[in-house]
Amino acid sequence: MTTNGWLQIALLFGVVLLLTRPVGLYLARVLERESTPLDRVMRPVEKLIYRLCGIDAETEMTWVEYGVALLGFSAVSMLILYLLERVQAWLPGNPEHLANVPGLLALNTAASFTTNTNWQAYTPETTMSYLTQMAGLAYHNFASAAVGMAVAAAVIRGIARREQKTLGNFWVDATRVTLWVLLPGALVLALGLVSQGVVQNLRPYETVHLVEQQSGQNATQRIAQGPVASQEAIKELGTNGGGFFNANSAHPFENPTPVTNFLEMLAILILPAGLTATLGKMTGSSRHGWAVFGAMAVLFLAAVTATYWAESGKNPLWHGVDQRASLSQSGGNMEGKEVRFGIANSALFAVATTDTSTGAVNAMHDSFMPLGGLVVMTNMLLGEVVFGGVGSGIYGMVIFVVLAVFIAGLMVGRTPEYLGKKIEAYDVKMAMLYTLIFPLIVLSFAAVSLLLPRLGLSSLNNAGPHGLSEILYAYTSATANNGSAFAGLNANTDWYNLTLAFSMLAGRFLMIVPVLALAGNLAGKRYTPPSQGTFPVTTPLFTVLLVSVILIVVALTFFPALSLGPVLEHLMLMAGHSF
Amino acid sequence: MGKQLAIALRFTLVTTVLLGVGYPLLVTAVSQSLWRQKANGELIRKDGKLIGSHWIGQPFTGEAYFHGRPSAAGNGYDATSSGGSNWSPSSEKLAERVEASVKSEQAGGGDGPVPVDMVTASGSGLDPDITPFAAEYQAERVARARHADPSQMMALIAQHTQERTFGLLGERRVNVLELNLALDSEFPLASGGVATNH
Repeated sequence: MTTNGWLQIALLFGVVLLLTRPVGLYLARVLERESTPLDRVMRPVEKLIYRLCGIDAETEMTWVEYGVALLGFSAVSMLILYLLERVQAWLPGNPEHLANVPGLLALNTAASFTTNTNWQAYTPETTMSYLTQMAGLAYHNFASAAVGMAVAAAVIRGIARREQKTLGNFWVDATRVTLWVLLPGALVLALGLVSQGVVQNLRPYETVHLVEQQSGQNATQRIAQGPVASQEAIKELGTNGGGFFNANSAHPFENPTPVTNFLEMLAILILPAGLTATLGKMTGSSRHGWAVFGAMAVLFLAAVTATYWAESGKNPLWHGVDQRASLSQSGGNMEGKEVRFGIANSALFAVATTDTSTGAVNAMHDSFMPLGGLVVMTNMLLGEVVFGGVGSGIYGMVIFVVLAVFIAGLMVGRTPEYLGKKIEAYDVKMAMLYTLIFPLIVLSFAAVSLLLPRLGLSSLNNAGPHGLSEILYAYTSATANNGSAFAGLNANTDWYNLTLAFSMLAGRFLMIVPVLALAGNLAGKRYTPPSQGTFPVTTPLFTVLLVSVILIVVALTFFPALSLGPVLEHLMLMAGHSF
Repeated sequence: MGKQLAIALRFTLVTTVLLGVGYPLLVTAVSQSLWRQKANGELIRKDGKLIGSHWIGQPFTGEAYFHGRPSAAGNGYDATSSGGSNWSPSSEKLAERVEASVKSEQAGGGDGPVPVDMVTASGSGLDPDITPFAAEYQAERVARARHADPSQMMALIAQHTQERTFGLLGERRVNVLELNLALDSEFPLASGGVATNH
């Protein structure tokens, strides 16, 4: 670990901290349909979309109607993506003449991009045409992020509103978030990335003649091209994470310089961080927003520290290798990492991408030290609430807030309250449903896969405890809608394509339903003014309680599985065992 | 329900035209007019033919060239199949590969422990860079093969070392392809650019 490394980490966190409030307030204006500087450009487009689609923008929806619209949109757009993949060979925008995507892989991918997961069981360079990448995959990067933000808006309104039945209009929320936030943000970021060296073209792959010609070896190199920057921008800004190339943000064409790397990490974090300020603004308690931000910040910085430390370590199995950090190398565990990023930026990116539900990677998590891998897996197991996905982070965090308030209420023996709303049996049931669905899916599928040698274990790339980690990571990543991988696992099999597709869909939509139900119920409640017995949700004490609840829930649920995977691997590696 | 599905279908089609076609084509048009060279991958041309991309590493194995990192992309530096080894730190296969790389770098005359980036595969398998430490480690071998003085190699490395952006971001690094191209032009090999293996 070096001073420079810590400075780079501090710089990123400092910029996120500075932008949280302005971004959050802007998001609140967009969601509340107040005026913004972009109105002159976007208002006509907005009205055109409503007219073309037959949307009545002035009608509000109950939580059930909101859910139906959301599920309908997701189902229809997922089906269209599936069909696009299945017929891409016969469509334009395919200079490499790539074949139609096989059925189960197309299904898995359609589920993956619709749920904001962006799990990739394929090698994009040799599987997806330019048209599929642009109009299918990158399109869903916008759509799934807009869906997440819409749910967040509905939930925040549920907390803020009193004795009302409705939560807003799904189509209006999705449209406004897209036009005022995602599209302009992606446009600016994409152009910024190209100016640094990220590629953006529709040309066929290039063939170049290698500089060193050796007998018996390839004399040429084929270099994949494509419309990368436009996808890269929304991939990070929408916390999607699906790489244009197999190596994702480790690929020099996706992430060529330290500047692009910084911009990509910032894009990953900024909307989820900003939404804490939106929560504060729209509920009229900006201090509550900061208390939630505080809990996220504590967990984020702890994870960065642990990962940076772990990846700076020495591998006891390697001899004759200099792993010390110095002015002329960053040292540490460089397997799966790029020289331009070194240890600090690889660890920082890994935490940013797993704390949020992004799943883009600039280093291969499968090759992280066991404890580094433990941290990034735990980040996802927290339920993607440390900043979390665009939208899904804040609504997931609200679930933990409800639980924290409930536990605080139990401790003092009073009916718990959250910002003037009494938290009652129904609310806690919905919160518990949300909390239980996640481990149920992850642990069941991981356990079954471990028991099936032919279907489950044959896909492993690593033996010993790390094999268990690979399977556990896959179902964690899919169900948490993260999409990063211990990528050694060959997930393009019928078993994994099907079960992971199910995990992604359940991890997204089975969890959105109880969240919307909770929001609908909260919106209908009367306001109860705070009293002596109210546990305030605006103090550092609340932040501490919230962090504790998150850690306890996750530790009790997943510690046994984690101890058989990364913890055991660490102990055996330090004792000099290999597998 | 039926009405919502009809809206869903129309909304998907309308926004696909805007976000899935309009947006990437606009970015492409602006990029191609403002930053054509960058948007096409910083391709390098020599004597009229393409010889590589500034950003994409190439395999170098001869004594007379600086070597890049081990690559797990396809059969090595396959730029249509990017990726890492995905071997875990406790992997025996990884430990064996590291040991083989250590031996081969030390056989080339390297002194002392090998810089870690020389024996580990990058995440992309296309890493264009090595650390300054790794370049300096190879200076003596390359100097011998080029009949040059090691100090000349060190000067060339220093000249091609990319510092941290603003003195802060990223890591110090040396682009292997650019370094080797400079090597070929300043210390040409007798046999017309083809590396000779001793």
